[in-house]
Amino acid sequence: MSHHVVEVRDLHFTYPDGTEALRGISFRLTHGEAMAIIGGNGAGKSTLLQHLNGYHLPQRGEVRIGEIPVKATTVTAIRRSVGSVFQDADDQLFMPTVFDDVAFGPLNFGLPAADVEARATAALQRVGMEHLRQRPPYKLSAGEKRAVAIATVLAMTPDVLVMDEPSSNLDPRARRRLIELLRSFEHTRIIATHDLELVVEVCPRVIVLDHGLIVAQGATRAILNDEPLMLAHGLERPHSLRHLHPHG
Amino acid sequence: MSLATHYYEIGRMDELARADSPIHRLDARAQILTVAIFLVVVMSFPRYETFALMPLLLFPCVLLALAGLPTGYLLRKVALAAPFAICVGLCNPLLDRTPIGQIGSFTLIGGWVSFASILLRFLLTVLAALILIACTGIHRLCAGLEQLGLPRILAVQILFLYRYFFVIGAEGARMLRGVAMRSTGDQPPPWRLYATLAGNLLLRSIDRAQRIYRGMLARGFDGEVRLLRPATFGWREALFVAGWSLYFLAVRQGDLALRLGRALE
Repeated sequence: MSHHVVEVRDLHFTYPDGTEALRGISFRLTHGEAMAIIGGNGAGKSTLLQHLNGYHLPQRGEVRIGEIPVKATTVTAIRRSVGSVFQDADDQLFMPTVFDDVAFGPLNFGLPAADVEARATAALQRVGMEHLRQRPPYKLSAGEKRAVAIATVLAMTPDVLVMDEPSSNLDPRARRRLIELLRSFEHTRIIATHDLELVVEVCPRVIVLDHGLIVAQGATRAILNDEPLMLAHGLERPHSLRHLHPHG
Repeated sequence: MSLATHYYEIGRMDELARADSPIHRLDARAQILTVAIFLVVVMSFPRYETFALMPLLLFPCVLLALAGLPTGYLLRKVALAAPFAICVGLCNPLLDRTPIGQIGSFTLIGGWVSFASILLRFLLTVLAALILIACTGIHRLCAGLEQLGLPRILAVQILFLYRYFFVIGAEGARMLRGVAMRSTGDQPPPWRLYATLAGNLLLRSIDRAQRIYRGMLARGFDGEVRLLRPATFGWREALFVAGWSLYFLAVRQGDLALRLGRALE
């Protein structure tokens, strides 16, 4: 299905204060692929993600989701097919109950009540949080909040999932559940994270950003094993790979 | 009570609104209309009225009972706002010294009666408003107001005001905790610090509000807040509004308290 394809070509973005956040980013992702975006703080990861759902529009270059270029007139369609999970789940959950929150997106699409109900329930079941449907979101644990935030996005049946630091603030068990969940998705996935172990487990592909440029991209294991490259860009070689290649 | 505790206390209103009772099940429009009529009737009484207002207490009492709301909690909320009403009425006994009654050797002056009337009206109106919020919740309330003809932009404003109140509250509580953790010396932090904190809080809240708004946009928000629960104004609602309105008018027209008293004699 062609609308699962994500294509970014020569993307530039400068903030009003003059910070050049993106200086020519290009990549192409096809259906069902999972790709990680890694890089130090301020490398441009979040800015890049915000271009994928049309929150920022390209100042130069182009972003395409499937056949549709991201621009002011297409953002509604773009947001239907790209689901974003934010770094801070509290920014994403704003309705009085978990269920209302998950139903918010489908309701905005103007679906009939029965469909909204079914979709919201299915999304909550998918992340294993159906038992929390009547709870107020601000009273959940960090792991529950993250799972519910993912459900709010799944309820919109997106083709592409974009996630910013999905494993931050999670305890080991919640993080493990999240990893299994991410691995089970058939969506095209783009994950910006500092959690390199998660990258190893979830994403076969990776791009390394530094100062708004792609400094490396390709197969995850090859790139993450390149110690000089990782160190040069504020990263490090993940522990799990060291164990696999003790002499590498 | 710390700011953080207050913050969760307010969140409790949302929790109350999620309960299920015959009152909760009523369409928000019926509740808004009835409370609005109630407020107008309470305000329309002449200023020396006290006993004539008493029968109106039936309305909040019946709602409290039917909706299963925690009376003590709501009364504490009323008490929190009481200083305002007391300030407003406090000058009356000094300014209005018209004698209007004699109790033994004590001359009852108009000022005290109107002061009592203000307090009673305050109790009635604030309690009714709190019950309204506790039975509908802000989302249904705004949806109801919009269906009653409030411009959508205003309804959304109220909703955001409410939502961001929590955001700013949480942000403020975190900042105050930060201050408390590091001001353990003998000297309390200088007042100037709070000016800096206020400025900082504003900037942080703007950032936070923007992120939340982005979250709403990402899920297709277009300025209309839609609710899943179908809102229908049926015969139950009509009966609720009509029944109470008739009662309020009866209290307003005839001195119901007096007539009841006479009837019992």
